[in-house]
Amino acid sequence: MTLLQVAKLGKSYDSQTQVLKDVSFTVEAGEFVSVIGPSGAGKSTLLRCINRMVEINHGKILFDERDVGSLKKKDLRKLRTDIGMVFQHYNLVPRLTVIENVLHGRFGYKNTVQGVLGRFTEEEKEQAFYLLDKLGIAEHAYKRCDQLSGGQQQRVGICRALIQDPKLILCDEPIASLDPNSSTVIMDHLQSITKELGITCIVNLHQVEVAQSYSDRIIGLRKGEVVFDGRSALLLEEQINHIYGTKQRELITV
Amino acid sequence: MKEKTIRKSRWMTTIAFIIIIGVTYFSAVITDFNFIEGALTFPAAISWIASNLWITAETWERLPAILTKLNETIFMSIAATTLAAVISLFLGLMGSQTTKVNNIFSVIARFIASFSRNIPVVAWSLILLISFGQNSLTGFLALFVGTLGFLTRAFIETIDEAGHSAVEALQATGATYSHIVSKAVLPQSLPQMLSWILFMIETNIRSATLVGILTGTGIGYTFDMYYKSLNYNAVALVTFTIVITVIIIELISNRIRKVIL
Repeated sequence: MTLLQVAKLGKSYDSQTQVLKDVSFTVEAGEFVSVIGPSGAGKSTLLRCINRMVEINHGKILFDERDVGSLKKKDLRKLRTDIGMVFQHYNLVPRLTVIENVLHGRFGYKNTVQGVLGRFTEEEKEQAFYLLDKLGIAEHAYKRCDQLSGGQQQRVGICRALIQDPKLILCDEPIASLDPNSSTVIMDHLQSITKELGITCIVNLHQVEVAQSYSDRIIGLRKGEVVFDGRSALLLEEQINHIYGTKQRELITV
Repeated sequence: MKEKTIRKSRWMTTIAFIIIIGVTYFSAVITDFNFIEGALTFPAAISWIASNLWITAETWERLPAILTKLNETIFMSIAATTLAAVISLFLGLMGSQTTKVNNIFSVIARFIASFSRNIPVVAWSLILLISFGQNSLTGFLALFVGTLGFLTRAFIETIDEAGHSAVEALQATGATYSHIVSKAVLPQSLPQMLSWILFMIETNIRSATLVGILTGTGIGYTFDMYYKSLNYNAVALVTFTIVITVIIIELISNRIRKVIL
């Protein structure tokens, strides 16, 4: 079943630079897709177009048979509850506890009063603890987030995305600020989300090797255009050089 | 090479020093200010302070009356600050880049902030004195307006500093504006905001004396009254109580700050 369909997507922040040009691809439900490309290729913008954190200029995005670009405020909220997001800098509220941050993921289902008063049902709280336990940070539930390590904070971020009960999770460079050990932990968790829970993942990555070993499929972006789209095994030296440009590629491997 | 640079910088210091002396001298000449004459008045002034500004036994009898006025001043400062804080919170949310609703409100909020902040409290009290007359509302309003400007500015910066990241994350989950403000922006910036409010209460108790002299309210009025009736012993007592109050308030707010930050 096709979950996401991006057709001829174009985006520019100002008249001179076109960040995304004619980007088209489809993502099936249950796929684990990596988006790779050099800095400034438009990876973050592409992800943010999917849940419309940035407005779409040209083209069309269909998510779960909904036209993302034309949704009104209320329907856009509903769309966003179906799409979880994980960030490079975790984007938690540092002064609040882990459990509070996880429950923030439920705001999409709350009306204003329920949300402001922080009324969460017993099931939601149980689910939050279940997720924390699954990601191995249940013992930190009542700690403030700024006391946690980067890897632990990112796991809180993943819990917050999962408690939304999403169909798709967008990860914007989830391991770019983590050490190799934490990176492996986070990528393993993301992979098991797709495998066990059947939630589709689109992950922006800097590291080609990580993308190759974890994802079913890789999309290569260069200067806002899709220059590679296919199974991970098909991504060879030649294609990598094409995505990054030969010189930059040398810098990355060294 | 190195020696040369050092020698050069030494020269620069000397020249700068000479220039400062020269500027000071000329300013003194232009304004007719004589250092030696000025210095000679010191002993006389100090002996006047020592002989007149002395709290005598009979002035203590005036203490209850002074304390009532002082109380009035303290609570007026607190009331002015807290009311201004509530309104500043809204203006701050409107004015901040992360939580602004739209650009028009943002500009309006920033304009109100800089307008009320850039006119000094003294000027506000004189302006309001003419329009509202001599009563405690005038003093209250003068403090309120100054505080509003300062706190709005401080709140805008606090919210901006707290960062856009959590706001973005909550937007992505489908949270509404009020969810985001109440559960991400406020928890993160509230301690810093409280710290600013405490600072403003301290400042306002200090300026309340001056505002009181100008608008004829509170402890400032008491001060002015004794001063004009040449009762310098009572003036000394009033000053003493103000100093003690400010120190106590400062100690309390430092305590509170330590707990919340």
